[in-house]
Amino acid sequence: MITFEMPEHVLKSTERFKKVAVEVMRADAHMLDEGEHERPLNYINAMWPLVKDQYAERLEQIKAGDQKKAGPRWDLLENILMIEALSWGDSGQYLCRPTPSLGGAAIEAVGTSEQKIRLFSRWTEDPPKWGSMAITEPGAGSDNSSMLTNARLDPDTNEWIINGEKIFITNGKLALDESEGLCVVWATIDPEAGRAGIKSFVIESTAQGVTIAKQEHKLGIRASDTVSLVFQNVRVPYDNLLGTADVVQKKTGTKGFKGAMQTFNASRPSIAASAMGVARAALEFTTATLAEQGVEVDYRKPPYEWTAVERDLIEMESRYKAAWNLTLKATSQMVHGQNNRMEASMCKYRAGEAVTWITQKAVELLGPIGYSRDILVEKWMRDAKINDIYEGTRQINQLIVARSILGYSRRELK
Amino acid sequence: MLDFRVDEEQKMLIDAINRFSTERVREQFRDAEEEGHLPPELVQAGWEIGWLQTAVPEQYGGFGEYSAVTGVLALEEYAYGDLATTFKIMSPNSIAIPLMLCGTEAQKEQYLPHFVGESIPKLSSALMERVYQFNPHHLATTAVSTADGFVLNGRKVYVPAAKEADTILVWANENGQTEGFLIDTGIEGISVGAKDKLMGIKSLPTYELILNDIKIPPSAKLGGEVGCDFDLLLNHSRVAASATAVGMARAAVEYAIAYAKQREQFGRPVAQNQSIAFLLADMMSDVESMRMMVWEAAWLIDQGQEITKEALLMKHFVDQAVVRVTDGAVQVLGGYGYIREYPVELWLRNARGFATFDGMVTI
Repeated sequence: MITFEMPEHVLKSTERFKKVAVEVMRADAHMLDEGEHERPLNYINAMWPLVKDQYAERLEQIKAGDQKKAGPRWDLLENILMIEALSWGDSGQYLCRPTPSLGGAAIEAVGTSEQKIRLFSRWTEDPPKWGSMAITEPGAGSDNSSMLTNARLDPDTNEWIINGEKIFITNGKLALDESEGLCVVWATIDPEAGRAGIKSFVIESTAQGVTIAKQEHKLGIRASDTVSLVFQNVRVPYDNLLGTADVVQKKTGTKGFKGAMQTFNASRPSIAASAMGVARAALEFTTATLAEQGVEVDYRKPPYEWTAVERDLIEMESRYKAAWNLTLKATSQMVHGQNNRMEASMCKYRAGEAVTWITQKAVELLGPIGYSRDILVEKWMRDAKINDIYEGTRQINQLIVARSILGYSRRELK
Repeated sequence: MLDFRVDEEQKMLIDAINRFSTERVREQFRDAEEEGHLPPELVQAGWEIGWLQTAVPEQYGGFGEYSAVTGVLALEEYAYGDLATTFKIMSPNSIAIPLMLCGTEAQKEQYLPHFVGESIPKLSSALMERVYQFNPHHLATTAVSTADGFVLNGRKVYVPAAKEADTILVWANENGQTEGFLIDTGIEGISVGAKDKLMGIKSLPTYELILNDIKIPPSAKLGGEVGCDFDLLLNHSRVAASATAVGMARAAVEYAIAYAKQREQFGRPVAQNQSIAFLLADMMSDVESMRMMVWEAAWLIDQGQEITKEALLMKHFVDQAVVRVTDGAVQVLGGYGYIREYPVELWLRNARGFATFDGMVTI
């Protein structure tokens, strides 16, 4: 049955994140934007106890055999609403949540119970830790199947030896240098095999041969840690391979690569939610500020009486609504176990597009103060743009939607 | 809780309307447009599927299962067939719904049983006026209260079935408020003027309606002395119109997809070019966005919430998106998109009307 109603317990659990957003994140947002590469300690400390509880519970589930609970996965909706609320606070700080993050998603998707217990248990013990994921390379962005990072098995020690260079790794330094965390690295075990040879490996903070080559300076989300990593003969135990070592050539790709792509079905609505949090922040601030200036939209007025500013505000609100509803659609499909591949890409690219436009409009409407670094609106505009880029650019997600509606394979529509 | 899957009954209704739209309406709508006339048996068949009949309360002969969400699902599916046909089949709604929401007991008893009969009732409604800047909250048509009732003066346009209707719900300005008046077309001073020459929906003839010192009793005023909540009715109407925009936009994007896959240039389907494929992806995303906004507004109606803001935001988005989508379809078809043998140019002409259509259809 079609309903937009949300479970009470989900809404209630979102409240504590809204509190963190208002009391902690907004208070530090300006300082962390100006002081790039400083760590959002207040935010990390506020979130860490919640993360620890969450992972203690998660480990219990895994140990109990991880029986799939029947019924809707409301935890996934809770996650989406949390991301929206935290990103309203500060989308750069949000990304510094001390969790396994995308690395965790990859482990959840293809790891064994033994691997999950071994790799996740560190999130039940102090101090805070981070996870990260490394896919992108200097020469392999959206086309990540052409990656050069490789792993070969040393038969004498039964270890994988990883060599290569990865870029744009969120929380990479936090994970491998500043905490006892981990990074899931994608590498090929058979360069001849293309996509089928690509596997994921867990590199832990204790591994030797990992260099943090560069801390990026970014347009926005400056509180977020983004680094390049170089792997020189990094040895990891055999069991840190996620999935199997089989190189099976199939037209539809292999489980390993497919596994990576499937994590996008869950992560793309998360990006959309983060985008919508920023959009709501900009929208609320702009609406409230203009109201103080005497500009308020009367929704009963006919369009020919709207001023240009009223029209802009209405356009901002309607684009916000449109993108948020797409996000809810993709989320509800996850909750109810439906395939959301197309909708995940659709909401991601539309939300990225919407927040980019909405925040740029907010700066425009607020004039000289809007452009000033004294208030957060210009920061939100800079923060917003990343949503149009990471986890698949707008264009990559358009491509996925296009293939889906046309029934085309990647060969038929490049 | 948060779910966007239709239920079994809704699915049966959608399937029935989909069969009607694809098997019957699409066979006839192009000729009907050229001829400026809808085949009566087509309208009758569409009416018999009947959303309104289930929505009317039981004491007036219906099934008492009003749901705005089911309403927008039905409207999308009808409009997937053809917009003018939908407006015609759903035209009784624009009186039945105001009666259900605002009518006095006597008005409901008098009129509602007409809406559950076997054939489409001969009723119509008149809101729009021939001006450049139309404001439904400030109509030029006036209703003046007198000792015996009301006197109405004004000119209405876009009135469907004006010639055959027995009763027309006329909207007029009474002391700055928009109120509805149920007018018997037999009374003195009412006349049907010229047929409107519109850009689209040509198979649904609409007319000018001239009201010259019409005298009507107090009982003719919708809702009696207290009148009606016009904002509420306008919101219902906007949700309904937007739902039809979703259906028509979906028709356009599906048509464009099918065409782009079979049309070959330079040795391969044109859909294999990113410039076409991305346009189609944008069009489909627009349709999905429109649909979700319409569903949300309809769901809020079913929750009994006041939705003036949501309805306006939805309408604003939908009015623009339906033009983007249908224009995209014309573009994908290239030269053929401009030719009247193909349906896409009609969808573009119809789409441009949504910014104008107020009160043509409601749920």
